[in-house]
Amino acid sequence: MKGLKAVLASAAAAVSLTAFGPASAQDDPFRVGYIYVGPISDHGWSYQHDQGRLAVEAHFGDQVETQYVENVAEGPDTARVLRQLASSGVDMIFATSFGFGDSVIDMAEQFPDVYFEHATGYQRADNVATYSGRFYEGRTILGNIAGQLTETNQIGYIASFPIPEVVRGINAFAIELRRVNPNAEVDVVWVNTWYNPSLEAEAATALIDQGADIIVQHTDSPAALQVAEERGVYAFGQSSDMIAFAPDAQLTAIVDDWSQYYIDRVQAAMDGTWASTDTWDDIDAGMVFMADYTNMPDNVAQDAEALEHAIVAGQRHPFQGPIYAQDGSEIVAEGQVLDDQSLLTMDYFVEGVTGSMPN
Amino acid sequence: MSGLFEFLISDLLTVSFAVAVIGAATPLLLAATGELIVERSGVLNLGVEGMMLAGALAGFAASQELSYAVGIPAAALAGALLALIFAFFSQTLLTNQVATGLALTIFGIGITKLIGEPYTGTPLEPMAPLFSESLQQIPVIGPIVFGHDPFVYLSIVGILGTWYFLFRTRAGLILRAVGEDHSSAHALGCHVVRIRYAAILAGGAFAGLGGAYMSMVKTPQWNEGMTAGSGWIALALIVFATWRPMRLWLGAYLFGALLVLQLRIQGTGVSVGVTYFLTMVPYLATIVVLVIMSWDKVALRRHAPASIGKIFKPAS
Repeated sequence: MKGLKAVLASAAAAVSLTAFGPASAQDDPFRVGYIYVGPISDHGWSYQHDQGRLAVEAHFGDQVETQYVENVAEGPDTARVLRQLASSGVDMIFATSFGFGDSVIDMAEQFPDVYFEHATGYQRADNVATYSGRFYEGRTILGNIAGQLTETNQIGYIASFPIPEVVRGINAFAIELRRVNPNAEVDVVWVNTWYNPSLEAEAATALIDQGADIIVQHTDSPAALQVAEERGVYAFGQSSDMIAFAPDAQLTAIVDDWSQYYIDRVQAAMDGTWASTDTWDDIDAGMVFMADYTNMPDNVAQDAEALEHAIVAGQRHPFQGPIYAQDGSEIVAEGQVLDDQSLLTMDYFVEGVTGSMPN
Repeated sequence: MSGLFEFLISDLLTVSFAVAVIGAATPLLLAATGELIVERSGVLNLGVEGMMLAGALAGFAASQELSYAVGIPAAALAGALLALIFAFFSQTLLTNQVATGLALTIFGIGITKLIGEPYTGTPLEPMAPLFSESLQQIPVIGPIVFGHDPFVYLSIVGILGTWYFLFRTRAGLILRAVGEDHSSAHALGCHVVRIRYAAILAGGAFAGLGGAYMSMVKTPQWNEGMTAGSGWIALALIVFATWRPMRLWLGAYLFGALLVLQLRIQGTGVSVGVTYFLTMVPYLATIVVLVIMSWDKVALRRHAPASIGKIFKPAS
């Protein structure tokens, strides 16, 4: 019934807009729009952003009115949806996918009075801020667990697109995996989609058939976990806790929590203190957290927890040297760590990853 | 390149590869079988994707609420129900078939999203294979022949049955006659509209089953838009097969094999460009078949149903 209500609400909003034009009265609620790359029902990336939107609604009550558009294609369609939202009188827009970036910058120029926020992006302007989570910290923990549990020393990794965010995740995983288990390797399969359950399942099947006994994914649906469950191998949830789909296969999940960030930013915009910032929050800040460590021996779970604490305490950096490239050459020397700029532009694989990068 | 050669013998010629191909091909085969019947009767229904989604949702919901035994017929029924809307518009109200079919797809995506909301994020126990454990353990033949769920057998019975019906029965002959020249068929006393209604409903039922395979077997979950374009590939497949059931069967497995291959070949270290190319092959092949067919006007007439997409308005 939630779906029906949302449809009716957005229909009503559309009707009222065409009838009365952009909102202007002083006591009008502050209006926030969200655009999602997938459906909010993906139980992954877009779902978690929508949970953040709901948290904003719950926090501000009548003061804030939110709306969302889901399944927005990355490309020309993005600009159309953004323009529609902005010209309908929305005060603030959260665009929640990397591929929305260029359109956000274009539209921000055309609508200088609207606050734009772009998730996982790198391009900013006077009215465009960027924000993301340091999900790679979670990937390091996954690498630790996988390195201890794999018996075939082959990890299957389902990757979406060759963007720095995804490449960084693969590398963070591989570095810790090899540290724990120097014989283990990561097989990367690109599916070129964020969301296609059937293709994600197909990829998981292929990786398991080729000998992988742990599946990692950087796509949005729980399909790969279901395959892992059925085939009796392990897997990790992505973006949200997917244990319901794989009660015996999910080891843990990297969960995104956007609630606090969204509440803070909406508050800042309403107070007039909003600025074009670049936020990159971590496990410590609560933007990223790990789901329960399940289906593994106690000592492995304890190691994972200890690593999590070390990362939070700043004693461990996921990208601390020595780090070697695929061809064996040293990228980061012992005792050094990669800076944020290198992390944000990462376009190479580290040692331990097999497969090539599309370009 | 040695990696590639090794891959060809160690990974491609394996039982698991064959099983994966069958799994990838089955929804395409089911949906395309239905659309073949529809197109052979002279109707073009572009609503395959929408009908697949209706079947996916109905199959999932009925399986979760009641049982798999109810889920399968429910999926067929839901597909047929959506097809009935198309039939009413295109055959009774004589609307343009291309526009109506496209509208049906859009409608199917929307209505399943709306109705399916409570089912998203809820899991479903995977369906058990049809045959007993002991049969499945026969080397090679076991997993390939006996290892599947009912949908796989249904798809094979479906395509063989369709072939038999179209080319070995009188009713099938009449259906093809209607598809070739509806005016002549009408003059001979065939009930063109009634036959097309039946064909459209059958097509919807098959599409519904194709969709249900995805929500009940492949990834036992319901999610909006989860068929992710399979309906369009099924439509391409029919052209690729030049409207022949046996070529359709072969084509479905070929398209399925390409899909599985592009994922598996990535592990061998070949350039990713190769995998992109493999993803394109089904569409390229369809275009090549179209070009070759169009070359020869006689061949085109022999293959494509001549009345396809044309509106039939009996002279009263």
